[in-house]
Amino acid sequence: MVGYILRRLLLTIPTLVLVALAVFALIRMVPGDPAQLMLGDSADAETLEALRRAMGHDLSLAAQFLHWSGRVLTGDLGTSITSREPVLPLILTRFGVTAQIVIVAVALSSLIAVPLGMMAAWRQNSGLDLGITSFSTLMVSLPSFWLGLILLLVFGVWLQWLPIVGYVGLAEDPLRSLSFIVLPVLTLVLIEVGVLTRMARAATIDVLSLDYVAHARAKGVSEAAVMARHVLPNAFAPTLTLIGVVLGNLLGGIAVIETVFTLPGLGRLMVDAIFQRDYPVVQGVMLFIATTYVLVNLAVDLAYPLFDPRVAAEA
Amino acid sequence: MRPRLNLVIGGTLVAGLVAMAVTALVWTPASPVRVNIRVRLQPPSGQYWLGTDEFGRDVLSRLMAGAQTSLSVALATVAVAMAIGIAVGVTSGFFRGWVDRLLMMGNDALLAFPGILLALGLLAVIGPSQWGIVLALGLAYAPTVARVVRGQVLSLREREFVEASRALGNGEGYTLVRHVLPHTVSPLIVLATSMCGWVILAESALSFLGLGVPPPAPTWGNMLSAARPFMETAPLLAVVPGVMIALCLLGANLLGDALRDLLDPRMLGQ
Repeated sequence: MVGYILRRLLLTIPTLVLVALAVFALIRMVPGDPAQLMLGDSADAETLEALRRAMGHDLSLAAQFLHWSGRVLTGDLGTSITSREPVLPLILTRFGVTAQIVIVAVALSSLIAVPLGMMAAWRQNSGLDLGITSFSTLMVSLPSFWLGLILLLVFGVWLQWLPIVGYVGLAEDPLRSLSFIVLPVLTLVLIEVGVLTRMARAATIDVLSLDYVAHARAKGVSEAAVMARHVLPNAFAPTLTLIGVVLGNLLGGIAVIETVFTLPGLGRLMVDAIFQRDYPVVQGVMLFIATTYVLVNLAVDLAYPLFDPRVAAEA
Repeated sequence: MRPRLNLVIGGTLVAGLVAMAVTALVWTPASPVRVNIRVRLQPPSGQYWLGTDEFGRDVLSRLMAGAQTSLSVALATVAVAMAIGIAVGVTSGFFRGWVDRLLMMGNDALLAFPGILLALGLLAVIGPSQWGIVLALGLAYAPTVARVVRGQVLSLREREFVEASRALGNGEGYTLVRHVLPHTVSPLIVLATSMCGWVILAESALSFLGLGVPPPAPTWGNMLSAARPFMETAPLLAVVPGVMIALCLLGANLLGDALRDLLDPRMLGQ
């Protein structure tokens, strides 16, 4: 068990280094001189030279990478070109909005999807199963930004129950803040329930065919107890991995949802930065999201043996 | 029963989409790009079946032209992803050792960028254009292909018929092309089908953000984004492109599921 945890922790380090390298290389591919980009066309040669030296661009690429990673490790992700603010605090402020929506959405969708998937598997090939499977396939096929727009049209424009544009922080006015995140959360839940239900169903079907389930049934354990005590823990383990993936997908695709609902989150920060050619911010957000994703998957893998001890024993 | 139903529905949806895109090559009811302000935001009528947009352009014609754009972007992207992914996967799986370790470490690092994040980053560098999207999404999906191909090659190279080919004195290269690669085809067909759906979704998301195919060329994503300010007066404008994306994705998902069941019977019932 300890060996498993240590090995998994050690594996994370090269991945994070390579992620940093990929982000570093990507921004290096930007055509033109980064110093010129940062200072604009009006900059004089001396200032340009000074900035180049400050950024370490007179060094070799390897040295530049080391220099840059060293600063990243101390939490220095550079300064935004447009707002002149340091990038990390900018990211952290925006991340609050994104994290709030994503965490609630993942929690709610797992709570709905796991029982739904288990029910479908329990009555495999019945009308109930067909209904649940069709529903989840349909949900997987809806583009999130479109579903968001339609919900906005129905609840914001037609029924006028919820506001259409804007955002208020949770700390400022909790109730009004909720009214702004209901629809984005609902959108994400509807979409992710589709993905997770399919996974939970497949996992449950696998478990139901195992001998120990037949044994429990033969002992006269009630169906509800079989499902809850014997099937759920084992069927939940593979679904847990997918929750990590879904969390990542939400983080990676959050930009469109934040655009639909005009939320000042991390995705919007990145898209705006792309439009403004604010490369330090683009670089910072990419690094931040990828690192978060790697760490979430690490956490999922570390939690996995709690549901399926075989994993740690085999490793 | 289920796979056949999936195959029929999925196949019909995909075939309908392809037919729409092909028709748009030679004929659309009206010009998809000609502006005519006098008939802007018209409701559906005999002349404009799905109404007109904020510039008086025929929505149905734009949907058809959009199908053509989405489909060609999807096919080109999947081709790019497959070409890179197969090359990396085969090299990795066949040579194993440090080549494999090095390639897969890089591959895993790229897979650590979730969703469309890597494509967004690449687009920041390449700049928004139709081919920029193909390149960005192609590179972003290649690691997934490489993973599948490598896994297949690794398990196949230990199988008896591959051993037999070697025992017969066939070279490694010949064995690879003649006996290993053909067996990677069916999982790749399944992957490519689903990937077409993902790419169409990703492309429309990027176009929706304004980072995809630049206007006036119509895509479902940029039509949806342009329709937002008129949601109250002309909701249909926002509804139709989304329905097209959804139908297309549903088609790709169902067809992908059906092909997986048909080509890989071990997966049946999942």
